[in-house]
Amino acid sequence: MSDEANKGLLSPLRRKLLMGMAAVPAITMLPRASFAQAPATSAVNTTGLAVTDTEVTVGILHSATGTMAISETGSIEAEKLAIEQINAMGGVLGRKIKFIQEDGASDWPTFAEKAKKLLVNDKVAAIMGCWTSASRKAVLPVMEQYNGMLYYPTFYEGLEQSKNVIYTGQEATQQILAGLNWIAKEKGAKSFFFIGSDYIWPRTSNKIARKHVENVLKGKVVGEEYYPLGNTQFNSVINKIKLTKPDVIFTDVVGGSNVAFYKQLKAAGIDLSKQALLTISVTEDEIDGIGGENIAGAYACMKYFQSLDNPNNKAFVPAFKKMWGEKTVIGDVTQAAYLGPWLWKLTVEKAGSFDIDKIAAASPGIEFKGAPEGYVRIHENHHLWSKTRVGRAKLDGQFELIYETADLVEPDPFPKGYQ
Amino acid sequence: MFGDYSLGDLGSIFVMQGFAGLILFSVYVLMALGLAIIFGQMGVINMAHGEFMILGAYVTWMTSNFFQSYLPSLFSGYFFLAMILAFVASGALGMLVEWVLIRHLYKRPLDTLLATWGLSLMLQQAYRSVFGAREVGVELPQWMLGSLHVTDSIEVPINGVFVMCLTVLITVGVAYVMYKSRWGRQVRAVVQNRIMAGAVGINTEKVDRYTFGLGCGIAGVAGSAFTMIGSTGPTSGQLYIVDTFLVVVFGGAASLLGTIASAFSISQTQSTLEFFLSGSMAKVLTLLAVVGILMLRPQGLFALKVRK
Repeated sequence: MSDEANKGLLSPLRRKLLMGMAAVPAITMLPRASFAQAPATSAVNTTGLAVTDTEVTVGILHSATGTMAISETGSIEAEKLAIEQINAMGGVLGRKIKFIQEDGASDWPTFAEKAKKLLVNDKVAAIMGCWTSASRKAVLPVMEQYNGMLYYPTFYEGLEQSKNVIYTGQEATQQILAGLNWIAKEKGAKSFFFIGSDYIWPRTSNKIARKHVENVLKGKVVGEEYYPLGNTQFNSVINKIKLTKPDVIFTDVVGGSNVAFYKQLKAAGIDLSKQALLTISVTEDEIDGIGGENIAGAYACMKYFQSLDNPNNKAFVPAFKKMWGEKTVIGDVTQAAYLGPWLWKLTVEKAGSFDIDKIAAASPGIEFKGAPEGYVRIHENHHLWSKTRVGRAKLDGQFELIYETADLVEPDPFPKGYQ
Repeated sequence: MFGDYSLGDLGSIFVMQGFAGLILFSVYVLMALGLAIIFGQMGVINMAHGEFMILGAYVTWMTSNFFQSYLPSLFSGYFFLAMILAFVASGALGMLVEWVLIRHLYKRPLDTLLATWGLSLMLQQAYRSVFGAREVGVELPQWMLGSLHVTDSIEVPINGVFVMCLTVLITVGVAYVMYKSRWGRQVRAVVQNRIMAGAVGINTEKVDRYTFGLGCGIAGVAGSAFTMIGSTGPTSGQLYIVDTFLVVVFGGAASLLGTIASAFSISQTQSTLEFFLSGSMAKVLTLLAVVGILMLRPQGLFALKVRK
């Protein structure tokens, strides 16, 4: 296995240290292990899922190949880590979790096909998977038709809710509004320039952001620009930014374009320590490719940063690095993916059953106190209550936490007044 | 839209926008030159062109890492060595590919399209397995970052100037090799009439291999230069392939001058439209214009007069 190879990179001494660091808080952080006698399979599995007396099978469905592999690799790693940790403390209802990994190959119909295979042939008890909205939209009808359970990790545009999906990332209002409020208050920002990649997530997010800027913050949007996915030339829009001199540049550019955008911004002499820039699309993962020196000073609005200072995260980060290598970084979505298996385990234990209908019904109210981002709870609408945080990018590619909301922010996938 | 701005503002924006257009022009020429040689001179539709570029980018990344670890004192100059290594690596891979794959397909030009498409997928997966799925960040020496401060509102990106100089240098080099050197004469002879060229003693197989290698090598240099402005990941090459073909086809396949003229007109149209409209709209209109012109002039802007 590839994680064996990665482990070899660490010196034995260091590995011991890391294990020590990981173990101490892990015991306090993880919910109580269930050492009780495992309940009978016939009682906990009435719908023919792949559950035996000793094992339960789940699916992992991400792109390990194709363009999206860049982003989805982190999610796969996080889910495997969570499964390994859960198994190490006794599994779910006394059963070890076994996973079947399928490759969506960055192709949406393939995602749907593989989801169907996982549900119909493998009878998996849950699927951790999907990343882009396009892949989720492709998989959703399959999940609903064959009554599966999907744990979806990415922050996304909202406007969706399903009995068969738990959204462990933020929907748009959770991600955007608090960040805009903060920057308006902190920087006295009145004028905003929006720039995004041209597809549903940036367009929906910017629509919400524009309404908020105009109606709530009483500010002005001086420009709103979209570039095709994969665009590599941003000099014209950078000139427009220079001409309009906005207080804040608000960006949701994704993928390889991101790298080009920040490199060219820096080359054009825009100094991010003077020009405020708020992004909702750059995590530690992206900075790896962008280069810390090109983005230092920019603000990102997320719910998780690798640098978060809390006991859960201090156990999570070393455990992740121990499994996947010292150099790996952990972005917002990677953390959200890590929540999936844990939330599923907690829900199954609360429901006392692997049956999908019982899990769907038991999900609202599930609390996970061991989340690296802090405490999270599942809402009636199957999204998570979570905090919104603003971080400032540093030269070393990490974020420094600048602001976090005092309370958990309620998920609101169908925000009134923002559509 | 100009009502709110002072004349000074507008003046400097036009200057900046002019630079933006020139930089885009250099980028287009640089990425299209290699393909212009391979597609233009040899008639091979090389869908893996972007992957040869990314090989150059990865070589640059490795060189940068090597210098940081072992020769930090020479770091500020590593980029020049990296470009040479990128040329050698992509060129060598190109020659290998020509020998293994392309030379069997010269008589079936459409099959080269499929074969090189397959090759591009294989290379992407190879990069993913070797370098990891995530993008890598290529660290640049300090002097290549930032901008030249001309006035308060006019700032010229250094990496843009660097790409421009490099483009001029490589274009002049290629023009010299193709039109002045003995080897260039052989290449053109093979293109015009392979059998006669062979009959007068030109080793046509060797010429083919070196031509393909040269085209790929230039792609490698372009990829190396683009680490300054774009991303380096397994699939980054895909970002360039459409624009590259657009420039070469629009220019007229067999003409170096055509490639340059087409890069110029496409980049200027694109960057002007981008300024007045949004990015996506500019792209749509540019593509529409190109399609319209190609319908009137299927052979492209400049075409060699050939006897049909």
